[in-house]
Amino acid sequence: MSVLVYTESENGKFKKASFELATYARAIAEQTGSDLTALTINNDDPSAIGEYGISKTLDVKNDKLNEFNAEVYANVVAQAAKKVDANIVVVSQSANACFMAPMLAVELEAGYASNVVDVPATSEGFTIKRTAFTNKAFNHTDISSDIKLVGLSTNAFGAEKQESDVDCEEFSPELADKLFKVNVEEVDKNTDKVSIADAEVVVSGGRGLKSPDNWQLVEDLADTLGAATACSKPVSDMGWRSHEEHVGQTGKPVASNLYIAIGISGAIQHLAGINASKNKVVINSDPEAPFFKAADYGVVGDAFEVVPKLTEKLKEFQAKNN
Amino acid sequence: MKILVCISHVPDTTSKINFIEDNTKFDTNGVQFVINPNDEFGLTRAMWLKDQLQASVDVVTVGEKDCEPTMRKALAIGADTGIRVNTPAIDGYQVAKEIAHVAKEGDYDLIIAGRESIDYNGGMVPGMLAKMLGYAFINKCVHMEVEDDRVKATREMDGGKEKLSAKLPLVIGGQKGLVEESDLKIPNMRGIMMARKKPLNVVEPQDTHTKTQAKKFEKPAPKGEVKMVDAENLDELIDLLHNEAKVI
Ligand SMILES: Cc1cc2nc3c(=O)[nH]c(=O)nc-3n(C[C@H](O)[C@H](O)[C@H](O)COP(=O)(O)OP(=O)(O)OC[C@H]3O[C@@H](n4cnc5c(N)ncnc54)[C@H](O)[C@@H]3O)c2cc1C
Ligand SMILES: Nc1ncnc2c1ncn2[C@@H]1O[C@H](COP(=O)(O)O)[C@@H](O)[C@H]1O
Repeated sequence: MSVLVYTESENGKFKKASFELATYARAIAEQTGSDLTALTINNDDPSAIGEYGISKTLDVKNDKLNEFNAEVYANVVAQAAKKVDANIVVVSQSANACFMAPMLAVELEAGYASNVVDVPATSEGFTIKRTAFTNKAFNHTDISSDIKLVGLSTNAFGAEKQESDVDCEEFSPELADKLFKVNVEEVDKNTDKVSIADAEVVVSGGRGLKSPDNWQLVEDLADTLGAATACSKPVSDMGWRSHEEHVGQTGKPVASNLYIAIGISGAIQHLAGINASKNKVVINSDPEAPFFKAADYGVVGDAFEVVPKLTEKLKEFQAKNN
Repeated sequence: MKILVCISHVPDTTSKINFIEDNTKFDTNGVQFVINPNDEFGLTRAMWLKDQLQASVDVVTVGEKDCEPTMRKALAIGADTGIRVNTPAIDGYQVAKEIAHVAKEGDYDLIIAGRESIDYNGGMVPGMLAKMLGYAFINKCVHMEVEDDRVKATREMDGGKEKLSAKLPLVIGGQKGLVEESDLKIPNMRGIMMARKKPLNVVEPQDTHTKTQAKKFEKPAPKGEVKMVDAENLDELIDLLHNEAKVI
């Protein structure tokens, strides 16, 4: 048996989610008594993944892969999977991985389970727990194909260090021209801000903040915590904030360790998208706001008083603890 | 220009999610089914292309007869023909395979699906379909323009956006942004009347082989009580986040 994990890199370095993915793949390899190989693409120091218990990598270096191209990447992962004769292939659920994985599944004729939150049960067959109904439920899905493709949800498993020596092997897949069907024209990436998908902490504002001019409040708290900022749907619909910040059932999903909701009522469609967050703090002036029922910690109060105070106190706390 | 819009038939966003038969089946009792929201944006975008380019627009659903009211709604919004592949949708691979067959028969230039369906949340049908057909694929598409045989599109990625271009034929995984919510087409009386006369063809599946199957469902464990913190005592909140939740 053999497991291949595709670890994503950005600017030559492993993305943080790769460490969680490596930890997870190691758990599956141990459980199934499989060999484990990590695939890296244009990573300057693949051996860094050894810190997370990976002892073998296949490393692709090719300028044609500098820009992410889903179909080409899917093909490279498929070639690597064939090379190591993988029966289980593990990928993340970043936007890029979600783009690529379905095409990879077809290349490998693999059954694909997305949004996975745990290691599989392998005593009879291969059954894996994943979220469904936009976080309102889980399902246990059987994968019956020879090759199984698993997409692990961000922050579902956690990264755990384990030192290992790494044997790095260069790998040069064929890159057929016909795979480059889609051209990248322009990338508009916000590099100085944490993205909602990668963030461990997300600070989110709703209609209770009354006007886009009041967002400094949210930004200050987010900056203090190194958090990403998000918003409820009406806030983006009214153009107070960009659509990219809209979270919920019809927006982006949030699976952070901490989600702070300010002036958000907690409608079912909002909750569906953020339920996977581990700790939820709700700040709302209405003690009857439905969000309190879904929260771990709640503060009843006026956001315009509570949030600046909280930011101040957090700064004091950080000053003391550093 | 021939456009195919893939429509999945899903519980309305406000639905209470419950399971029956020892948690092996979704309880449809009292649940309202709708066009998957991500597909609704794609369908309206297709209507604009229909006006702009005199395109024809068909809709396809893989599912049993209970999907037909949802498909009629798509016809009432303006699609020309409905195609229902008469088999329960079990997994993304199987659904993509069935749609690929329909797409080959119909020789479509552009296929618009949603980035994910809000029930199964597979996020896999459009990408699989593209690969099976050998078409180009753009996921999480928030903007799209067709110029002759080329498409210019914008996709969302983590922390930003990317402008892409590709030649037709193409599959899109669409979402809000393809059109805005305020632009969504809703059926009017005339549309509803006309939809009754439009063809809704039922075709039999090619292949019922599946690679995955949802065996059992589970609801998240009930949450513990919320801990309320006095607005005058935010130090307590910080203490809880630090010592109990261990997140700061
Ligand atoms: C098909 C569909 C899909 C949807 N998808 C989504 C989605 O993905 N994401 C999403 O967010 N919504 C979604 N919605 C909308 C959702 O139903 C709610 O309308 C929305 O989440 C409400 O946003 P809000 O909480 O910001 O605003 P409101 O409901 O107006 O709530 C504002 C809150 O702020 C509080 N408040 C007011 N003043 C203050 C103050 N000074 N200090 C503190 N608190 C204050 C109020 O008590 C209130 O609870 C969807 C709806 C539909 C029909
Ligand atoms: N049973 C189905 N019939 C037709 N289209 C579907 C079906 N299931 C999924 N799709 C399409 O594929 C998209 C993604 O679905 P999924 O991969 O199930 O998350 C949906 O938004 C639809 O456009």
